[in-house]
Order: sequence, then C-alpha cells, then structure tokens
Amino acid sequence: MSALLVARDLARTYQVGRGPWRAPRPLRAVGGVSFEIAAGRTLAVVGETGCGKSTLARMLTLIEKPSAGSLRLDGVDAIDPPPGAAPQLRRSVQLVFQNPQGSLNPRRTVGVTLEEPLAINTDLPRAERRRRALAMMAKVGLPPEHHGRYPHMFSGGQRQRIAIARALMLGPKLLVADEPVSALDVSVQAQVLNLFKDLQEEMDLAYLFISHDLAVVRHVAHDVLVMYLGLAMEQGAKQRIFARPLHPYTQALLAATPGLAARAARLPTGDLPSPLDPPRGCVFSTRCPHVVERCRTERPQPRPIDGRQVACHLAERFVLGGGG
Amino acid sequence: MPLLEVENLSVEFQTSAGMARAVDGVSFSLSAGEVLGVVGESGCGKSLTMLAVMGLVPYPARVTAERLTFRGRDLLRLPARARRALAGKSLAMIFQEPTTSLNPCFTIGFQLMEGLRAHERLARRAAWQRAVELLEQVGIPAAQERMRAYPHQLSGGMNQRVMIAMAIASNPDILIADEPTTALDVTVQAQILELLTALQRSRGMALILVTHNIGVVAETAQRVLVMYGGEIVEEAAAAALFAAPQHPYTAALLAARPGVQDGARLATIPGAPPGLHDRPAGCLFGPRCADATARALRERPQLRDLMGGRVRCHYPLGEPTRAASIAADRRVIRDERVDARSAP
Repeated sequence: MSALLVARDLARTYQVGRGPWRAPRPLRAVGGVSFEIAAGRTLAVVGETGCGKSTLARMLTLIEKPSAGSLRLDGVDAIDPPPGAAPQLRRSVQLVFQNPQGSLNPRRTVGVTLEEPLAINTDLPRAERRRRALAMMAKVGLPPEHHGRYPHMFSGGQRQRIAIARALMLGPKLLVADEPVSALDVSVQAQVLNLFKDLQEEMDLAYLFISHDLAVVRHVAHDVLVMYLGLAMEQGAKQRIFARPLHPYTQALLAATPGLAARAARLPTGDLPSPLDPPRGCVFSTRCPHVVERCRTERPQPRPIDGRQVACHLAERFVLGGGG
Repeated sequence: MPLLEVENLSVEFQTSAGMARAVDGVSFSLSAGEVLGVVGESGCGKSLTMLAVMGLVPYPARVTAERLTFRGRDLLRLPARARRALAGKSLAMIFQEPTTSLNPCFTIGFQLMEGLRAHERLARRAAWQRAVELLEQVGIPAAQERMRAYPHQLSGGMNQRVMIAMAIASNPDILIADEPTTALDVTVQAQILELLTALQRSRGMALILVTHNIGVVAETAQRVLVMYGGEIVEEAAAAALFAAPQHPYTAALLAARPGVQDGARLATIPGAPPGLHDRPAGCLFGPRCADATARALRERPQLRDLMGGRVRCHYPLGEPTRAASIAADRRVIRDERVDARSAP
C-alpha cells in the first residue's frame, strides 16, 4: 500500500522582525520532519505550545509553503504542483479547526456554509448542492431541519459536526484536524471522537490529528509523532510508543497526563525555551531529567530503535529499563 | 466545626425570558486542611458556586442561601467592607487564565505587593521582601528580577505561579482554584498541580479544586462533588467515586473518557445538558439517562445519604434494590395507564 501523503524533511522558517533598524531573526517553527500517512489511517501529532504542530497543519493544507523539504500528495508534488493540478490538490486536503464558534460564520445558515465549497469549486446546480448538503448533514448526525439554522442555535458539539461536514463537502482524502475536541466537554468530546472514527471507516479518510491530550491521541491514532520546538522527538506506531516511550519528553508527556499512567517518570522542570533561541544541543536538554553533557553540545538525530524513530542519545537506556 | 458551611445556595439571574437559576440549592461543607474536588461540564454552575462563596457574583445576579458561613460567621449578612476584608485574605481564589487575570499594565511585583499592603498593612520595603519570598516559594527562579517583569514577559505557567503566590500571600484558610491548569500545557499542568498540593499540605489550608477534568480530581482530591445543571448530583470520597459511582451521570462521565480502553468506541451521553430555561420537571439528567422511568421524569429526586456519600437519584447504581425498584416503578406506571384506560 503506497502512502497518500509523503512528507520529507519538511521545514518552515519565519523571519521575525525586530524593528526597522535591526535585521530580522529567523525562527524555525518546523525544523525538518518526515512522515507518511496512508488512506484510512490516523497520524496524531502531539506536542505543547510552540512545537510547530499548527505550522505543520498549515503546510499540509497548502496554506503555507514550506521553506525546505518535499511534500507529495497522492504521488503529486504539492509544493510546486504541475500546471492545472493545484485546485484538485487543494480540494483533497481539508481542515477542521479547534473552536467551531470562531470558524463558522455566525451570519450564515448551516446550509449556506455547507454549500459554499460546492458553489465555488463545482458547477453543480442549486438543487444538487442542497441535496449533497443534506446528505452530508445526515452523515455527521444532524437532522435535515437544521439546514436553515444559524451557528448560535447549536451546542458546541453540534457546531463541530457542522465544521466537519463543511470540511468533507468536497470529498477530501486527507482531513487535517487541529485540536478538534479540546474545546468540548467530555461527554460531547466522546460523540465527536466516535464521529471521526465512523467517517474514517466509511470514507477511507486519512487524518492528521493534532492534539495535546494524550488520552485522546491514544484513542484515535494509529501512528504518533511527538514534536518539541519544531523537531520530531519520537515517532512510530501508537502501541509501541504508549507501551514503552523511549524519549524522555514522551515519557514526561505520558506521566503528566492525569489518569493515563502512574506518575512514575520524573516531570520535566522549568518552561519551554524560546523558539527564537533554542538550546544548542538537544532541544529538550534544558528540561530533561536524564540530561548528560553530550546532550548539551550535540543534537541527536532521529534513529530507529525498537521499531520507531527516536531522537535521543540515551534512548537505548530506556529500552530495557522502561520509562523513567 | 467545619471551616465553610453552605446550605441551599442559589444564584439567580433576571433575564428577558424570566428568572434563570444557574445554581440551585447547593449544600456542602469544607473542613480545615481538606481537598475538595468539584467536577462538572461547562454551564453546570461549578464556577458560579465558587464565585458566590467568594462574594464575587456581579450585581444583577441574586445570591440566596439558608446558610453561608465561614468559621461560623454569616457571610451573607456581613457588611460589605468586612466581607471584602475576608476575600483575598482568608478566602483566596485563582482563575483559569492567568494571563488575563493579571493586569498587563503593572509589574507582577507591584501586583503582589498591592495585596500585601492592603491586607497585611506592610510597609513598602517589607512588602517587597515578602513578595520575593512568595515568588521563591512558588518556584519562580531569579525572583528578585522577576518582581520587575510584566505579565507578558512570563510564560503562562509562570503567570499561574504568580497568581498562586498572590493567593497564598495572606495565608488563606481556603484556596479556591477554578480550572487552574486548563489553559496550560500538559507538562506545566502537572507542575502546577504538584505545587498546589504541596502548598496545601505544608500550610494545612483547605483547597477546593474546580475542574471539568475528572482525571485531575482523581489524583488530588479527597472528596468530590459532581454537579449537573446547577445541582449537586453526587458527593463521595474520591476513591469511592472512581471505584463505584452511584449516579448514572457520574458513571457516564467516567465511561466517556478516552484512553481508558484502547481504540474501542467511546460511551457517549445522548443529548445535551439542560439550558437555563428548559429545565425538565423531574430528574435533570432524566432525559439523557438510560434507566429513567416515568417517575424519574416526573419527580425531582432529592439529594440523599448513601454509603458515606450523597446522591441525587431515585435508583443509585450501588443500591441492592435498584433493579427491583426500577421494575416496580415501571409496573406502577403500566397499571396507572391501564386504570386510566378502563376508567371512563
């Protein structure tokens, strides 16, 4: 099975202005990550504020051009697409945002919101657009009488269903979901997570699922990519990573999630360093409880250990010893 | 004598659609040195209850209670000036979003000293000294320099530490933490929770932890209140609540958490919580409950004592006679229907 999406050394650097008389400084938001997603699979990207997850989402949805690396969607070069291929590429990747309150236009009815992508991208007649909108509403569990209602008349969970329906209107192959359930209450969150699962089975969708909540990730993901300050710390199959995290940062994330595991591993100390001034060696070395001298001077490259990629000098130490 | 006693506390708002009761008859007590968790989904009234205890509910709302006492003093009948002297001194509160709770125009040192000078009547120099000590206690490195920093120069986790330093400045007897970690990153969340529980232990203060994250409560609280639609639906010791929830809503909340079983479909609760104006006549959870009977939909259950806790349900999950009483109530309704049909 060939992958739907192949990203190689994807990187994005921003120039941060420092006023009119000083040269801008480069900020490396994403510093070269590689991964693949196959149809019907979910890659979960995990990390804290500023780790580059949202920049990654913007690159995959072709909103932002990567500064380096390659991105192929269904075998087609997505960064520099062949003539005429760009609209089709854009249609095949869609985005669901964190807060449906903010991402839905309060002055448009559900019907108008859902039919707009069709009106722009296709020349279907009005009646057909309406039929498709109603069919999609049924798919995400909204009754047809909601077609003419406005976003404020819905609860948070229902609004997120509308946002998901809108993303699916053009029949995408990859859905990028940026923290889609973190604004929802537990009981509603469960409904939306189930919906994601059902839609994936039904439409063979690939998901890039961004979340900071490891309990959610454990539920939805097939593969996991753990990021910190723009770099991949650990990536591989979910079962392996959750059973025995090999990177101290993954261990810390797992230990810090309440209710998921006993708090065996030591918690990281201190705060996230500024992405403008990342540590010279391993980016996690300033907070890592296992840090040795080498970590401060030499940046570890991702290497295969125990069936996954780990960027840590000391990873072998944890293979036998377990976490912490 | 308990430190804080709350009996039948209600908070009402006058709206164009009539009176809206956001908190409805909440009763609980808190002893010195206890950690109490308050759990519920958004809109269940958990934050408003705490604001009412602090006396921070804004004007148009009406707070009523049969009893709202702190160390035996009736808070509702206290003159405004005396009540203000208590809030921030003996009762302290920290909020969800540290960056918006702090004033962006003043240094954190200024904001810390403000409370110390007002409540403790410290001179400027003494207040500065004390503020630096407090920052060190909450684990802020280079406290002297940080005193001159503005909130935007610190991270969210650091700002929350400053808020905690402010809250414990006057050695409060009760610290109310309203979603203290929700806006923070996971690893920082764990640090802040650890700091809060460490401070609680070392100072022997009572801590009320309000959260929608039931996992946070499991690790820190001794006793838990579960709220739904403005009411308390269950109260139990934390261990008991997780081992054997009594209210169907609590059980459903626990089952809906992802990550408990791998990959399987999550248990969901159908429907949505009641709004302020469409509250059902019977049990508030009735329309969403799998075991609701006609009696449950008609008759609001009372909060009653059960196995060392309290539960607001006609058919608590741990009651041995549960299945029998559900069956009995279903039979009664059927009989009534038969009677109604054969009567005329």
